[in-house]
Amino acid sequence: MNHPGLSPFPPVVFALGPVQVTLTVIYTWVEMAALVGVAAVFTRALGPRPGGGQNLLEMVVEWLLDTIGAVAGPRPERLLTLVGTLALFIAVGDCMSVVPGLMAPTRDLGTTAALSLVVFCAVPYYGVRDRGLTGYLRHYLEPAWVMLPFNLLAEVSRTVAMAVRLFGNMMSEELIIAVLLTLAGLLVPVPIMALSLLTGLVQAYIFSVLTLVYIGAVLGGRGGG
Amino acid sequence: MDSLTLVVVASIVTAGFTMAIGTIGPALGEGRAVAGALDALARQPDASGTITRTLFVGLAMIESTAIYALVVSLVLLFANPLLSYFSH
Repeated sequence: MNHPGLSPFPPVVFALGPVQVTLTVIYTWVEMAALVGVAAVFTRALGPRPGGGQNLLEMVVEWLLDTIGAVAGPRPERLLTLVGTLALFIAVGDCMSVVPGLMAPTRDLGTTAALSLVVFCAVPYYGVRDRGLTGYLRHYLEPAWVMLPFNLLAEVSRTVAMAVRLFGNMMSEELIIAVLLTLAGLLVPVPIMALSLLTGLVQAYIFSVLTLVYIGAVLGGRGGG
Repeated sequence: MDSLTLVVVASIVTAGFTMAIGTIGPALGEGRAVAGALDALARQPDASGTITRTLFVGLAMIESTAIYALVVSLVLLFANPLLSYFSH
């Protein structure tokens, strides 16, 4: 009744001892290998006069730094590692859904929940590192101490929202393509696949910008952003 | 009508209503958001970067409630967990 490819949790492929490896994990490894491979190949001979590959990577990094600087304030280099990784992983992962034979790892609620938990843990980390523990805890009492339960609830709910937003977008795209394929024919889902490329990239951008907004809200003190 | 049929009928009807009613709000909200952004862009074209970025973030937040409705109705239709209870 329930096709394993359509379920929210892809099937377990094999088990390494107590750890169960699902199809999603395997495709995550594929994506990791692709990203690291491309980075290794294009950064092999870095020079002051960049060729094609290095130029492309520099464009990506510059764009990331500009976006981080525009949203989260000065000194964007501190957030480049986290936000850049999230943006690249989600963008490439979402684009994997249109390649035949591959599946987007962000289509699994586990992947998006893991990414969202990373952000959930990163926000206090950057907050405490920037403002100290008391400064960070005090921000829960802003703008008024009665807002404390709402601020706490907002932390939890926005984490869940980020995970479900990304998962919902990806899973529904794949599901629509699968349903169209079953109902209509072979080349019918192609416009939908083009749309899913676009929404995948937009969702990667949204995830990164929301991460920046949340981290930027607990940074600050000097300059604001 | 046995319970399995009832569950299937309820799931299908609920999935339809979820999508139909659940996307009215977000669609209206996104329309207002874009209208406000266009207004702001007309007044201050220099701030178009900030306005566009804020617009996209706002649209994503509004969109997520529609996505929740979509996920619920897709799960009801294609990955219904209740069917395994009643099909035994």
